Amino acid sequence: MKQNYSIFSLVRNALSYHQGWQEAWRSPAPKPEYDVIIIGGGGHGLATAYYLAKEHGITNVAVVEKGWIGGGNTGRNTTIVRSNYLWDESAHLYEHSLKLFEGLSQDLNYNVMFSQRGLMNLAHTQHDMQALRRRVYAIQLNGIDSEILTPEQIKEMVPILDCSSKARYPIMGASLQRRGGVARHDAVAWGFARKADERGVDILQNTEVTGFKIVGGVVKGVETTRGFIGGKKVGIVVAGHSGVMAGLAGFRLPVESHPLQALVSEPIKPILNTVVMSPQVHVYVSQSDKGELVLGAGIDAYTSYAQVGSPFIIENQLNALTDLFPCFGRLRMLRQWGGIVDTCPDASPIIGKTPVENLFINCGWGTGGFKATPGSGNVFAHTIARGEPHQLAQPFALERFTTGYLIDEHGAAGVAH
Amino acid sequence: MLLISCPYCGPRDEHEFAYGHEAHIARPTLEQQQTMSDAEWADYLFMRKNPKGVHFERWVHSRGCRQWFNVARHTVTHEIVKVYKMGEPAPKLEQK
Repeated sequence: MKQNYSIFSLVRNALSYHQGWQEAWRSPAPKPEYDVIIIGGGGHGLATAYYLAKEHGITNVAVVEKGWIGGGNTGRNTTIVRSNYLWDESAHLYEHSLKLFEGLSQDLNYNVMFSQRGLMNLAHTQHDMQALRRRVYAIQLNGIDSEILTPEQIKEMVPILDCSSKARYPIMGASLQRRGGVARHDAVAWGFARKADERGVDILQNTEVTGFKIVGGVVKGVETTRGFIGGKKVGIVVAGHSGVMAGLAGFRLPVESHPLQALVSEPIKPILNTVVMSPQVHVYVSQSDKGELVLGAGIDAYTSYAQVGSPFIIENQLNALTDLFPCFGRLRMLRQWGGIVDTCPDASPIIGKTPVENLFINCGWGTGGFKATPGSGNVFAHTIARGEPHQLAQPFALERFTTGYLIDEHGAAGVAH
Repeated sequence: MLLISCPYCGPRDEHEFAYGHEAHIARPTLEQQQTMSDAEWADYLFMRKNPKGVHFERWVHSRGCRQWFNVARHTVTHEIVKVYKMGEPAPKLEQK
């Protein structure tokens, strides 16, 4: 049994010079066979393992990770959480995730630092305003909080934003989701890992999957760098490398992998208490609890697995930032990174079965996967456990590319992450 | 940042180009279209190779000569292995 994290455990351990902390999760040797193998120890994979154990009683589970947990896109995003999506299918899925985020710190006994500081989408033209109104009304019809702000209200909330008529991109209004915000990305991965481990899930780090054992169209396990591991069911949750895994299993995916770059400034005193996004000028920015500005924008156009992109993409987003916030003009950037995102033609994820029996996939989250971490894991665990898609996941099946039932979220997902 | 050798203009900065995604995806002929299943259409329209390795892709020199051409580029090192014209078959490359 794991020690509970609390103010008392902090004090107790402080008195013993922090020598008494338990390890948060074990590093076991792989068993010969598991009921479920999850490939990919990012947030989504760990959440899947956690909910398999918690809600479906399946504890003989392995999470197989080629590097270290949370070392991929989970540790490389801009930590934004929101559910302001246009279409019903996406709105319900992301809202499910946002609701799980609201109770996540208590559920995991791990402070994921979820801060519902509000999230603002700026509109700069008449057409932006029309699209924004359509989206806000659609979101409201789905029972999700969303409102429209006037330039005066925006100015009041974010005084440093250039709302003058002289601005290069004048601000005509904004949508606001007050329940949106940011969370600590590493903590989400670590919290899920710790609780999954407590329920018996084996987290196998430094274990790369090199192939699948498929007999008669049914998956029987995975070949790894630490030998063969048998699995009754296997789930692929590997984001950027989904195409590589699908290739090993012998089927094709409609995804392309692109670099998505983000950057962090030097820490400054509190100046921005919400998340500001501009889909048109194309930047999104928030301030972390340490005081750094965290910002990101769009993907590099070309496909890549390199975790670096072209510098002019960064230049573009910094131009956008200083257009909106002239006072950030002399701020220095501390570090920059790229993650590999798997984008779908309709900017919506793929959750569900594959052409191989008992092999499931959860991919295509593209540029906006972090916000979906608990929800994605929750519906994917259900899908694996029952062998049938969760009600919320059903529209996101791979078959939609054959039936033509696409969920075009470029307006909501293709921009803000 | 990529330095791309346009077959018509020579080496230019990536800034001048736009990306055209996977090359050599042949549009089904009218004859094929008569008998194609939804799954075959999905394969043509949406499924992509997305390789970790050499990728055959299209680029257009949109801020230059505005010509389309093909590029063989490695998706991990970003090394441009070969540039060749539209209509030419994909070059056979040694496996790296």
